[in-house]
Amino acid sequence: MAWFKKSKAPIAPVVNKKVQMPEGLWTKCKNCEEIIYSKEIERNLNVCPKCDYHFRISARERIALVIDEGSFVETDPEMKSVDFLKFKDSKKYSDRLKAALKKNGGGEAVVTGSGLMNGMEIVVAVFDFGFLGGSMGSVVGEKVTRAIELGLEKQAPVLIFSSSGGARMQESILSLMQMAKSSAALAKLKKAGIPFISVLTDPTTGGVTASFSMLGDLNIAEPKALIGFAGPRVIEQTIRQQLPEGFQRSEYLLDHGMVDMIISRREMKQKLTQVLQIFTKQSPAA
Amino acid sequence: MQFFLDFEKPLAELEQKLKELRDYSTDGVDFSSDIKKLEKKSEKLRDEIFSNLTRWQRTQLARHQVRPHTLDYVEHIFTDWFEVHGDRNFRDDPALVCGFARLDGEPCVVIGHQKGRDTKEKVYRNFGMPNPEGYRKALRVMQMAEQFGLPIFTFVDTPGAFPGIGAEERGQAEAIARNLREMAALTVPIIVTVTGEGGSGGALAIAVGNKVMMLQYSVYAVISPEGCAAILWGDGTRGPEAAEALKLTSMDIDALGMIIDDVIPEPAGGAHTDHVAAAAQVKSYLKKHLAELQKLSPEELVEQRYQKFRAMSVIEE
Ligand SMILES: [Zn+2]
Repeated sequence: MAWFKKSKAPIAPVVNKKVQMPEGLWTKCKNCEEIIYSKEIERNLNVCPKCDYHFRISARERIALVIDEGSFVETDPEMKSVDFLKFKDSKKYSDRLKAALKKNGGGEAVVTGSGLMNGMEIVVAVFDFGFLGGSMGSVVGEKVTRAIELGLEKQAPVLIFSSSGGARMQESILSLMQMAKSSAALAKLKKAGIPFISVLTDPTTGGVTASFSMLGDLNIAEPKALIGFAGPRVIEQTIRQQLPEGFQRSEYLLDHGMVDMIISRREMKQKLTQVLQIFTKQSPAA
Repeated sequence: MQFFLDFEKPLAELEQKLKELRDYSTDGVDFSSDIKKLEKKSEKLRDEIFSNLTRWQRTQLARHQVRPHTLDYVEHIFTDWFEVHGDRNFRDDPALVCGFARLDGEPCVVIGHQKGRDTKEKVYRNFGMPNPEGYRKALRVMQMAEQFGLPIFTFVDTPGAFPGIGAEERGQAEAIARNLREMAALTVPIIVTVTGEGGSGGALAIAVGNKVMMLQYSVYAVISPEGCAAILWGDGTRGPEAAEALKLTSMDIDALGMIIDDVIPEPAGGAHTDHVAAAAQVKSYLKKHLAELQKLSPEELVEQRYQKFRAMSVIEE
């Protein structure tokens, strides 16, 4: 329990060093470093009740938050990555994939499908940071592209919730090409007049930011999310300067004109519905 | 300018000896048989070195200080060149040059990353790493190409986008992304040549083409070998290993069968040994592909480009 030693005694909740705590009962907030009862965070949609930091959530949890219960139809759940370069660093890519599949119980770094949002049909692609850091290789690029094409086919708005470290190095050049492929599909969607909303969650960086994530008709961020192209560490090493306060956080991007609004998880579904009803000229639901 | 990579040095020494012998020969002394012998030896050595290059050595060739850069190709391939400047928004980006020219009389647009050769110019060109305004200038000029119905030739040679505070603040992710989307929809032929380093998003931002080619000793990857090594092993000096893992050479990428249309052969010893010959080779490929693409209607050009990138994946389902 690494959080324990770093906690500031006066503000920590009732924690007794001598009392054995079951793993996971308490969580240390990454942002404010407060130690909070895990159940309380969960009840709060995985948002820190002290500082409003939005914890990373799985694709399934995200889908449950925005799609009407029982309406989600997943597309391409069986699509799998291939280690076609026989990429090896400290581990083989094929072994990394196996481990991620096992940990995640299947799937990939993005879950796609269609469903209803307050009764409105939409197509969604939701990233899972837990699967190889949400990185984009062939499968992620293909699923995102197919989701955009499904939106075209159904004439339904497309929503992408990003959370990704960027392009997947283990597929090298082909990962890079997924940026072009998915962005090209968005050109078709735009021409067809179908709305695309990009929701950027913590963290969204690299090749995902530099493709569809920044191309929303609206770019919406969750509070305090890290959003950028180059990682902060790389920038710091290159320019050998300290980065400004709040650099590459949602609020900073809003100030610099890169996102349209910041919406908290609690209000996300309602706001998205409101926005899309206006974009598609539907009257608000009763 | 003289500059030799480590593995080029034995060859450079032989060439130097040859040059000296040839210089003496003019004084009436006959060294012709020695010269012949040495020429044979030099050729053999070159073949030996260049047929066994590691991926890291090829990366070094792609970055070679004397390697032709975009403005060298412009000089040797095109006529009537005039450069245009600025994104009409913030500033001009010298790391990415844009202009108009003629290819054997045919009006066209030329866009490319530009590196420097001496220290002062390297800094001025930001080592070929564009800022957001570079991509935005390129898009402005590409849209002009569409307006006037001109084909676009791009030359890719960058380590990648510039990791700076300003570049982030001014939205380099958005600038790259927009280029990807807008290039996909342009109704004129786009022919891309990776001439040196094709580094990540900074390269791709001008590389969504109907035809994409790589020079023999160019490289193209999702990240630089040093960047890859820093992420994988926390050690940027392990670039040579990362280069092997990334499979970034023209041969590697050609073998995937779906990314590039041609590998353009370079003069023996690399493009830097003979700019004129390298440019002539590039020119013949540009002309070949342009002639093919000019048979397509604007709609067909957009569709051909879309399908080309649409097919880029290796998956199991
Ligand atoms: Zn907190």
